[in-house]
Amino acid sequence: MTYLAKPKFHHPGLPKNELGYTHRDYEGTVSTLCAGCGHDSITGAIIQACFELAIEPHRVAKISGIGCSSKTPTYFLGNSHGFNSVHGRMPSVLTGANLANRDLIYLGVSGDGDSASIGLGQFAHCLRRGVNMTYIVENNGVYGLTKGQFSATADRGSKSKRGVTNTDNSIDMVAMALQLGATFVARSFSGDKEQLVPIIKAAIAHQGAAFIDVISPCVAFNNHLGSTKSFDFVREHNEAVNRLDFISTRMPIGLQQEPGTVEIVEQHDGSKLALRKLAADYDVHDRSAALGFLQHHAAKGQIVTGLLFVEKEAQDLHAHLATVEQPLNALGEKELCPGSAVLDKINAGLR
Amino acid sequence: MPTAAPLSRINDFVVRFANVNGSGSASANEMFARAIMRMGIPVAPRNIFPSNIQGLPTWYEVRVSEDGHLGARGGTDLMVAMNPQTFDKDIASIEPGGYLLYDSTKPYPASKFRDDITVIGVPLTAICNREYSDPRQRQLFKNIIYIGVLTALIDMDVAVVETLIAEQYRGKDKLIAPNIKALHIGRDYAILNLAHPIGLKLRKADKVGDKIFVEGNAAAALGAVYGGATVCAWYPITPSSSLADAFTKHCAKLRVDPVTKKAKYAIIQAEDELASIGMVIGAAWNGSRAFTATSGPGISLMQEFIGLAYFAEIPAVIFDVQRAGPSTGMPTRTQQCDLISCAYASHGDTKHIMVFPENPAEAFEMGAQAFDLADRLQTPVFVMLDLEIGMNHHLTRPFTWDDAKVYDRGKVMTFDDLEAGKDFGRYLDVDGDGIPFRTYPGTHPTKGSFFTRGTSRDRYAKYTEEGAPYVDNMQRLLRKFETAKDIVPKPLIANAAKPTKYGVLYFGSTAPAMDEAIHMIEGRGHAVDRMRLRGFPFHSSVNSFVADHDFVFVVEQNRDAQMRSLIVNECGIDPVRLVPILHFDGTPITARFIAKAIGDHLDQMTMKPAKVAS
Repeated sequence: MTYLAKPKFHHPGLPKNELGYTHRDYEGTVSTLCAGCGHDSITGAIIQACFELAIEPHRVAKISGIGCSSKTPTYFLGNSHGFNSVHGRMPSVLTGANLANRDLIYLGVSGDGDSASIGLGQFAHCLRRGVNMTYIVENNGVYGLTKGQFSATADRGSKSKRGVTNTDNSIDMVAMALQLGATFVARSFSGDKEQLVPIIKAAIAHQGAAFIDVISPCVAFNNHLGSTKSFDFVREHNEAVNRLDFISTRMPIGLQQEPGTVEIVEQHDGSKLALRKLAADYDVHDRSAALGFLQHHAAKGQIVTGLLFVEKEAQDLHAHLATVEQPLNALGEKELCPGSAVLDKINAGLR
Repeated sequence: MPTAAPLSRINDFVVRFANVNGSGSASANEMFARAIMRMGIPVAPRNIFPSNIQGLPTWYEVRVSEDGHLGARGGTDLMVAMNPQTFDKDIASIEPGGYLLYDSTKPYPASKFRDDITVIGVPLTAICNREYSDPRQRQLFKNIIYIGVLTALIDMDVAVVETLIAEQYRGKDKLIAPNIKALHIGRDYAILNLAHPIGLKLRKADKVGDKIFVEGNAAAALGAVYGGATVCAWYPITPSSSLADAFTKHCAKLRVDPVTKKAKYAIIQAEDELASIGMVIGAAWNGSRAFTATSGPGISLMQEFIGLAYFAEIPAVIFDVQRAGPSTGMPTRTQQCDLISCAYASHGDTKHIMVFPENPAEAFEMGAQAFDLADRLQTPVFVMLDLEIGMNHHLTRPFTWDDAKVYDRGKVMTFDDLEAGKDFGRYLDVDGDGIPFRTYPGTHPTKGSFFTRGTSRDRYAKYTEEGAPYVDNMQRLLRKFETAKDIVPKPLIANAAKPTKYGVLYFGSTAPAMDEAIHMIEGRGHAVDRMRLRGFPFHSSVNSFVADHDFVFVVEQNRDAQMRSLIVNECGIDPVRLVPILHFDGTPITARFIAKAIGDHLDQMTMKPAKVAS
């Protein structure tokens, strides 16, 4: 309902998180996407995840490229700075921003048109550098804003709304992320909030390059029979390897799971991931096995979802560059300028 | 005997070394240039090199000028011809009366030489084969041996060269003695076998003073360190790569916390120029001072992002070390050919800030100042270097820094400002200079956040495609550009001794050649006022300079008179009054070229009819 202004008041009894913020404090403006768009569900999941993690809303930088998905940062975290950059270039803007201030949380939001075509290079390189971020691709296999052309993640053989069959092979961004060295790789479905919210929470807590591919059906152009990114198709072919519970550093572990089916993964910041394993043979720390598992299931037409890989001792770009703990944007003349005495010595060395 | 009188000059000549690249000649040749500087004689070396790693011709030219004329002169007085591939051409390029030093191990027929030059043969290969058994040593020491020969031929102080060898191999002390030995092998051969000194001689002087000897790229990078840059994102491209390399080296020395050993900087070699400018914009948006270094092809690739930074008003510093275009052009040759592609970079209506350093000293100063300009104006700033300044050593005044200087971070609203209830409109012009306030991400829990976008927006950063707020915003950007006119480096004027109707505008690496050319032009009986442009947009004094003269020459190193176009376009000047003087063959512009071009024009303009028709 894009023409309605969002009401400012809210119920006094709304639940508050540890910082005293309500769910509403994590919202943005009203979505201008189509009613029923999968992307709006992802927006909801991001809001839910940030609320539950009790993040200070202004300590997030939300950065996107161009397209329907890249419009969504307006719809969540209204007190965060946002940056809607240029097509496919979210990763470089986010990398630069992250270098400038390592203390903020970086949320990169992109789509399959943005990241799998013009942005494929930047997608690859920010993952291999290990930028500490949560990189979400809202993947619908289609160009929505320009009215329904195939994107590079559309499956070969899938049909467009106009009846055209896609003859190009599809790009699996999850497989690429694994190959490129992302230290947290997951796939989820916009229609499965129970799976998606804990994955986003875990990705935010992850101190490295976290990539989440979220299948997000396009109700306008890619939700018909013959599409492999429709709600019905994804529900029927979803093969979840695990279900995740995220336990922050502040929460005690109180799982009521059967022993043997739960694996606790501790992340660098002390947070814990409780994985309820659905596929008994799936090892979430084995990068190459994850690739094989994906391909094996893809051949059977199944879409594997869940947390597919996490590196326990992940390192980020700042660790690689050995930068100071203080954000670079907080350094002033005193820390940065060597001064005239040093310059005199430099001059002397140039004679 | 040569048919032309052998040149006889003291401290005023050009030596050119013709080598094969990858042969190790560069360090020996550079030592030769340094030795002259250490003798107190101003010197200007230039590397003329191919886009190649090994095997192609390369030249190293050393201009010696006690008068301090350090632009390229043109012509060669003494050719050290060590490359058989270019031997004939090298000999042809020697000035009449000049000298040739060549390797006479293999005899050449007399027809190979000219009869108007002095030919000096030294059997360098034979000497090396006799002295050394290792092929690599034979090659490397050959370079030092010809330097030794030269010390005798032109009266170079051999003790100075010995000191330089000791300095160069400090820490690898084993190499000092063999190099000094090689130097003397050459020197002794010359003393015993050759007429020496020749007509070109060095004589100790005191004309260097406290000047320093440094490449423009290294100076610009040091400027970035002093200017407070913390993020550098770049992609390798000749001739700018050495700027990023120098920043890396400077930072490793100057920007590492002595206690924690942690870096107060971040340098990323990006995947391409698109990513490097994206990172710069991301970092600057987030409150760091950030830059990239590139050349023409990189500027082409960055266009889209530069438009975003202009429209979304994000500071960015771009060092453009220009090379000859278009396309890949001549990647190792110099030009000033990116003026228009930088001034109006990106689609839609855009205008950008440029500064034009003339030498490494200004590259340092403007390299630092660019960050203040970018923060103050919240827009991209181009530092327009070129291969001539960037990749050659120049004798330049020493770097200076005022320790009382505080970085100008521009209009940034703080937590306290927001808390105090100041009205924050990201694109709101509060005081008429066209520059709005910005906030850094993460400043305040409930105030001051905004959405940065390349789409149109109102004064409070709210998306809109309505005409009125769009026009309002575009007009404000023009006001900001007006503000810039008074804060970019101002042009410098040097008036002729007597009043004249003629002026000349020039900028960047043309400066030393122009300073020398003016004497030659005066020698032809003409007077010309000079203005050196240092910033874009143009200061109002550019308009008045043109208004004060009937004709103004615009000297530049490109085909299309790009600076002249900018002046016509931005200052609304009748193009007829701006006479283009264009040099664009990829070599640095020379005083001879400028003096001839302007002198010939002025001869015609001031010509009086010899006879009045009856």
